[in-house]
Amino acid sequence: MKPLNLVPIKPDLNFIGRKRIFFIFSALLVALAIGLFASRGLNFGIDFQGGILIEVRMSEGGKLSEMRTELSDLGVGEVALQEFGQPTDILIRVQKQEGGEKAQQVAVEKVKTALGEGVQYRRTEFVGPQVSRELFRDGVIAVILAMVGILAYIWFRFEWQFGLGAIIALLHDVITTIGIFALTGLEFNLSTVAAILTIAGYSINDTVVVYDRVRENLRKYKTMPLPELLNNSINETLSRTVMTSLTTMLALVSLYVLGGEVIRGFSFALIWGVVIGTYSSICVAVPVLLHLNVNRGVQTSGGGRGEQPEPAE
Amino acid sequence: MVYFSKWKVLFVLGVVALGLIFAAPNLFSEKVADAVPDFLPHEQVNLGLDLQGGSHLLLEVDVKSVLRERLTAVVESARAVLRRERIRYSGLGVRGDTVSVSIREAAKVENARQLILAAQQNMQLAVAGNQIILSFSEDAIKEQARAAVEQSIEIVRRRIDETGTREPTIQQQGDDRILLQLPGVDDPERVKRLLGRTAKMTFHLLDNNGSVEEARRGRVPPGAMLLPAEASSRSQGQPSHYLVRRRVAVGGDRLVDSQPSFDSQTNAPVVNFRFDTLGAKKFGDITARNVGRPFAVVLDKEVITAPVIREPILGGSGQISGNFTTQQAQELALLLRAGALPAPLTILEERTVGPGLGADSIAAGKFASIVGMVLVVIFMAISYGLFGLFADVALIANMILILAALSVLQATLTLPGIAGIVLTIGMAVDANVLVFERIREEVRAGRTPISAIDAGYSRAITTIIDANLTTLIASTILFFFGSGPIKGFAVTLTIGIITSLFTAIMLTRLLVVAWLRRKRPTELPL
Repeated sequence: MKPLNLVPIKPDLNFIGRKRIFFIFSALLVALAIGLFASRGLNFGIDFQGGILIEVRMSEGGKLSEMRTELSDLGVGEVALQEFGQPTDILIRVQKQEGGEKAQQVAVEKVKTALGEGVQYRRTEFVGPQVSRELFRDGVIAVILAMVGILAYIWFRFEWQFGLGAIIALLHDVITTIGIFALTGLEFNLSTVAAILTIAGYSINDTVVVYDRVRENLRKYKTMPLPELLNNSINETLSRTVMTSLTTMLALVSLYVLGGEVIRGFSFALIWGVVIGTYSSICVAVPVLLHLNVNRGVQTSGGGRGEQPEPAE
Repeated sequence: MVYFSKWKVLFVLGVVALGLIFAAPNLFSEKVADAVPDFLPHEQVNLGLDLQGGSHLLLEVDVKSVLRERLTAVVESARAVLRRERIRYSGLGVRGDTVSVSIREAAKVENARQLILAAQQNMQLAVAGNQIILSFSEDAIKEQARAAVEQSIEIVRRRIDETGTREPTIQQQGDDRILLQLPGVDDPERVKRLLGRTAKMTFHLLDNNGSVEEARRGRVPPGAMLLPAEASSRSQGQPSHYLVRRRVAVGGDRLVDSQPSFDSQTNAPVVNFRFDTLGAKKFGDITARNVGRPFAVVLDKEVITAPVIREPILGGSGQISGNFTTQQAQELALLLRAGALPAPLTILEERTVGPGLGADSIAAGKFASIVGMVLVVIFMAISYGLFGLFADVALIANMILILAALSVLQATLTLPGIAGIVLTIGMAVDANVLVFERIREEVRAGRTPISAIDAGYSRAITTIIDANLTTLIASTILFFFGSGPIKGFAVTLTIGIITSLFTAIMLTRLLVVAWLRRKRPTELPL
């Protein structure tokens, strides 16, 4: 079998030279994401907002509008219905009820009574105001802790410029991911937070691989101009970056297409994360090093623990 | 990097073999796996409620109500003491977390203090002028709450056991919460109904110092309380409210058994009950002294029935005939048998998945994993030829190891957990990709195959570890902060990272080295 080289043996793409385009593009993307978040907000699921979610399977499809009228007359506030995967499956969302936990239970019972016999309950979830507040708080803490943890690790393994570069790329990915949720109106729930953390992990993973090469080249070629050196580092690792993104993408796309309706939002977020994470580690994390005053002189303690600096070849 | 000691070879192969053995039970149905002799592994992967179907309920014990109830009891006892000793008082009642009372005559304050203290030895007592203030210490309140939660768990367990749910998990969470996991329960309405009642049953004599009409206008005589009649009996032309004595004649905690039954004459559903010895004696005394007067059976502050005592009931057993349906009689009997909750429970969160959705999720997850895996395997083989196949072997071994680890650790596999596995399939080959790309570079730099492979592995390894540790940081944090299904995602992701490091670095390298030694190639097919 003759191996296939997807990426040319020695790609010589000029990434650093186009950094202005990347920066403008990324800045626009981030601004757009923040704008969308501010104007449209997120479609918080019941995890973070409280409320009721019921998935039912009807014996026949096409009852959506009928059910909608029936359920909206119950006096349980806003009821949203949508088909879920197939015409017979319907997802019912009922807004958080006024009056604490007990009121939520009453509403669940009302909806179930209204639906009557002959429907199959596939899923019933209800999150009270107390738990949703806690879940939200825990989610925020988890994201912040993960960012800090990752940052601390990068700081420890590289010099601070790299840590800062990585965190800029990371914030870029997280903010644009939130932006895509604001744009599409996809439900933002607990698994979205999990997806964001995974995206953070993946994006950093990609960034670290390129940074490792930058660090290696900084030791090898002490006199090479930084832009050239950074560009070479990206090109040398480009093949790997593309390969890994593709294999991950293959797995995620099959999850998105075949993994079922429940997990579709989650896999969508991950797919987006792989795209944006790959882009940011090449086009944001590395070029940004140019502006962070990377130390070219004597090796500082941050780099190369356990490795001897190699002499320039 | 291109040398493996015999021991290392054995170790790598041994780990993979163990993985195979521990993953094997998952190939069979549950029955077959259970029939495997004990010395062989027979643990299967533990499926989360979102995959096997079931109900997850998070309950909160209203510990504040325990305190309120205790304080109310203190008020009643203080009232009794002061009346008996003919000490005049005013403003006796619960104020926040304390009980306070003003003694009319200053000279009797000290006397009252002594009397109350004797009755409430575990309380703190403060005197301010004519006012006596009683409160529980911080520790006592904590202890009460702790005991209430503990007892609630016990009662919940008994009630759930009565419903015949198999393998329920009931555990405390935080200070005042109970997590309930009921596999196989797809309509928890009955369970919720059972848990929604404290089922505190008490027998009271009716109060005859005032009238219901006056009480409804707000003039409730001291020592009495106005209680509504239970909903279903209200429609039957019975009074809607009763004025009953606060004092509990006999408490429901004296019940030893209760069974649903049918009245021998009317054939209506009833609940038969039996008191313990002390309860029987009390009940006997009271009914003997009050023949011809009505008494009330009170359940959760509602009067179920208020029959007139026709004769002393001395045997310690009796019958409650409310306006029950058969189902209501059954549930009431069950609740009385299992005992009263010390405090009301509130359902904070419910997540129920029906068996249909669970099975669909498993099928979809399996299918997606297999397709994803096949695609990655093909892609690796196309991209790296023979080396790609080595990586594919490692990928398959990785899946086996993940399955084995999940089975051995008895970690719970959830739907997001399956997503974690699929993600691992995609990312697991990353380590190999890093190495292979590095080897390609080294070959291009003019190295011989052996030296290129050696350099490829030793240079890529720091990158691999750096890259994986960052993901590991994220997944660990997810594990500690995630709840339920998300935790399942963190578990598979974490296990996947660790096993993929092993298979990619050790197993693939072993295969590459073995091949290198046999073929002694002059050129690498990379």
